[in-house]
Amino acid sequence: MTSATLKRRQHLLSYATKQLDFLNQPKENGEQFTSFESKLNETGLDPLKPTKIDTFQINVGYMCNLTCGHCHVDAGPDRKEIMTRETMQECIDSIKDTDISTVDLTGGAPEMNPDFRWFVEELSKIDKKVIVRSNLTIILANPKYNDLPEFFAKHKVEVVCSMPHFTRLRTDSQRGDGVFDKSITALKMLNEEGYGKEGTGLMLHLVHNPSGAFMPASQESLQKEFKKKLFDTFGIVFNDLFAITNLPISRYLDYLINSGNYENYMQKLIDSYNPDAAANVMCRNTISISWDGYLYDCDFNQMLEMKLKDENLQHIRNFDLEALEAREILVDQHCYGCTAGSGSSCGGATS
Amino acid sequence: MSKKTYYNAEDLNKFGNISEFSPELGKKFFDYYGEVFKEGELTEREKALIALAVSHTVQCPYCIDAYTSGSLEKGATEGQMMEAVHIAAAIRGGASLVHGVQMMNKTKELLM
Ligand code: SF4
Ligand code: SF4
Repeated sequence: MTSATLKRRQHLLSYATKQLDFLNQPKENGEQFTSFESKLNETGLDPLKPTKIDTFQINVGYMCNLTCGHCHVDAGPDRKEIMTRETMQECIDSIKDTDISTVDLTGGAPEMNPDFRWFVEELSKIDKKVIVRSNLTIILANPKYNDLPEFFAKHKVEVVCSMPHFTRLRTDSQRGDGVFDKSITALKMLNEEGYGKEGTGLMLHLVHNPSGAFMPASQESLQKEFKKKLFDTFGIVFNDLFAITNLPISRYLDYLINSGNYENYMQKLIDSYNPDAAANVMCRNTISISWDGYLYDCDFNQMLEMKLKDENLQHIRNFDLEALEAREILVDQHCYGCTAGSGSSCGGATS
Repeated sequence: MSKKTYYNAEDLNKFGNISEFSPELGKKFFDYYGEVFKEGELTEREKALIALAVSHTVQCPYCIDAYTSGSLEKGATEGQMMEAVHIAAAIRGGASLVHGVQMMNKTKELLM
């Protein structure tokens, strides 16, 4: 596993436009992949519109202590994009008096933003449900993070953490050597605070995504198996497992191309297009905000720099919920990752 | 058209095309095939692993390709998949060896 991000290496795929160009290229045999838009059209979903915006997914920065092979953010220790407290305040002001109930904090490792704790405290003051997407290992990365489980519990933060597999091999091959063992320790620390335990109200969810060029197994059967294996071997408990499909962008796209799996994987996603999953894609109820305050349909579109069509809506300082709910969602070939099989979102399967 | 080898990986994706020359039989086969692999008393994963073992027995590269992906997609681990292949190997080996009894019977018949 390389430790430098695509951006640091000035890799072609670190440019959003190059990724989109690649995704729209014909196959080796000259045929074109069916366009996502035409699939949506067949199922009567084109143009794709929001249902009701319920969740603010805020990306507070691309810095991360890990450099996972599949990362769609191209996050890593060398990324410097970090949300400022001013932008966080703009987010708070925008949603304070709305029905938006949930703020989902992501990154990078969101905990590495110096204003992370301040932000969580302010969000809980305005009674929003706060979700943090944690890579677990951050809790052990530096003594200053060791009390995160306690901090999360104090603010009733819902913890959604990456745990691709219950075997060391599969987890470390995707996330780096030693990640599995650290994740296990971190999960135990969260359990000690009451996370994942019945009656505490402290929710701990795990995210599984395949360590390779294949689609995830059924969420239900994986959840059963993860629960059994993690409890029997380590005494760890958790609430739900979210099975997520890897989208063909950024470092995962780089992996697909280098391993010679790109065409087959893309075709598999297309062949597995599921209209029910398409009707439930997360961009219909979520808005994504980048570290610099721009709005996107989702974190993937953020990474592909697909800013909202209407220029007046593009930044959080011009936040207008009604107009956002009337907008058209921008789609491209990567969207097939959300609509394949049982569907995929930040909350796992969608159908 | 590529004539380099008899087996082409891309042909796996064209499996469905066998219906072209005989639509009715093709449909019957694929309907049946679909039913067979649905979750029943055996889980989808168990079925994928059995298919993987059988693929190694019939030594069909298409089937091995399909059920390696299939097993991974049903959540099987590398260990489970290799154990399945060992089942195929054990049955094949055993099938040879058990005929050793026949050899022994015949030998005893022929020797004084
Ligand atoms: S996948 Fe998550 S933990 Fe891994 S590098 Fe990306 S942001 Fe960091
Ligand atoms: S990639 Fe984003 S825009 Fe496309 S379907 Fe998924 S959530 Fe929606």
